[in-house]
Amino acid sequence: MISNDLNTVLPELLLAIYAMGALMFAVYTGKDRVASMLIWITALVMFALGGWIAAQPAGAHMAFGGAFVDDGFSRFAKVLMLWASGLVLLLSQDYLTRNDMLKFEFPILISLAVVGMMMMVSAGDLMSLYMGLELQSLALYVIASFRRDSLRSTEAGLKYFVLGALSSGMLLYGASFIYGTTGTTKFAGITSVIATDGMGLGLLFGMVFMTVGMAFKISAAPFHMWTPDVYEGSPTPVTAFFASAPKMAAAGLIARVMHDAFGQATADWGQIIAMLSMLSMFLGAVAAIGQTNIKRMMAYSSIGHMGFALMGLASGTQEGVQAMLIYMAIYVVMNLGVFAFILNMEKDGRAVTDIRSLGMYSKTSPGRAMALAILMFSLAGIPPLVGFFGKLFVLQAAINAGYSWLAIGGVIASVIGAFYYLRIIYYMYFGSETDALDAKMPGLHYIVLAASAAIMVFGAINLFGLEGFAAAAAEALLK
Amino acid sequence: MIELEQYLTVAGVLFVIGIFGIFLNRKNVIIILMSIELMLLAVNVNMVAFSVYLGDLTGQVFTLFILTVAAAEAAIGLAILVCFFRNRGTISVEDVNVMKG
Repeated sequence: MISNDLNTVLPELLLAIYAMGALMFAVYTGKDRVASMLIWITALVMFALGGWIAAQPAGAHMAFGGAFVDDGFSRFAKVLMLWASGLVLLLSQDYLTRNDMLKFEFPILISLAVVGMMMMVSAGDLMSLYMGLELQSLALYVIASFRRDSLRSTEAGLKYFVLGALSSGMLLYGASFIYGTTGTTKFAGITSVIATDGMGLGLLFGMVFMTVGMAFKISAAPFHMWTPDVYEGSPTPVTAFFASAPKMAAAGLIARVMHDAFGQATADWGQIIAMLSMLSMFLGAVAAIGQTNIKRMMAYSSIGHMGFALMGLASGTQEGVQAMLIYMAIYVVMNLGVFAFILNMEKDGRAVTDIRSLGMYSKTSPGRAMALAILMFSLAGIPPLVGFFGKLFVLQAAINAGYSWLAIGGVIASVIGAFYYLRIIYYMYFGSETDALDAKMPGLHYIVLAASAAIMVFGAINLFGLEGFAAAAAEALLK
Repeated sequence: MIELEQYLTVAGVLFVIGIFGIFLNRKNVIIILMSIELMLLAVNVNMVAFSVYLGDLTGQVFTLFILTVAAAEAAIGLAILVCFFRNRGTISVEDVNVMKG
């Protein structure tokens, strides 16, 4: 029996053992001298694991009495998270070297965070959910304050820690009520209790608290207040990481809990998620307008995008989950491209984050400006770029599920939000000339930026088959 | 005989004190760490009370997990706080304000 269980959790197990082994190896050999090698190896391990998971045949496996679920949905999320994290690691190496932060703990902490995320999207029990969430969060608190001699970075870590711990507390308080009313922590058990007895007051109370805790993690308004500060204060590679894999993990976690544990009560949580989605979309659109720091702006942009992803989930249908997964995959690809650019915003060897420094950037480096402009159009959701199709899918799902007001709100918010994406393009092509950013872009960053922009253009043809994968994943979740 | 409701009330009160400790406290970040512990312990009281009431051990197993994670969380929180203190020279909550928001 136990060998079956271990077989199911093998990818997580391998990554966890790898992280611990790498830690021992680095401590007993060259410490920070092996850091850049470790980054490459970790990225390769992540790409390989992602490829291995992607190649696995369809079908669901349970492990440890249903506490761990390996199905199409979790595999979709895991592949995306592993590949995104591996890419962020490769992108971060150059920045870390330039800023004298190349420490061997970085790839190890990222691997541990990824193990936590993989557990989150595979959770089948409140306990494994909590352990996965905390493994991810504890690693993220540390990497947020990774530049430990910088006041901003440690302040970001501190703020993230306090609000993250608060959200974990909320989530647990909700979990305790769910356990108390249903007598089980297993999602399958919770579903069967709801199917026979319906949603009692205790369950509803517990579900609301859990939703609040998870909304903190996905940075949905009104629980977003940590996001701008953490994005601004953390070192840029860490921000790039925060904006990709953990977002997918949190979205996957919410979808998992809502559909696996509360699948019988779609109407109850649908309106909560719809409200979160509405607030996030508008807050992300409006609050980003006043920002001049590009990292802060990307933080509000991510809040807005999470609002759209939650719109898909709020529909409570299989179509909605599929739309959410498509949206998240597109969002992660766009963000990796944008951050490959932001990582190289430098003047005289100092990192610059002011968006006004992009003035007439199209003159100094037309290629990069073009790629960034495409990504910004795509983030704003302008057809025919891929970002538009992500929005189209969630809006369709919301309308088909009877949430027309939410869809209308989403369209209005995306029009407002387009302003600040277009402003960056305005600065690059029509702004007043400033001292040009002078960092040389490493080849890998250029490739990621160009590839991300190219995907946004050419993906419009068939989304590279993403639709089918997401449909299979959504079907596995709702089975 | 102490009823379940009484345990839940105590846990609820502790939990709310914890939340208020985080939001109303303007003095010291250490107090925030204590408030976080208080919240997690309130959850533990809830879990154990439910576990005994239901005659089911799962809640107590969950409590052990929460205790372990809370210890790790406190260690990481203190470590970040030490780094912050080295850079800022104070751990007053009002001084955690380099970035607005």
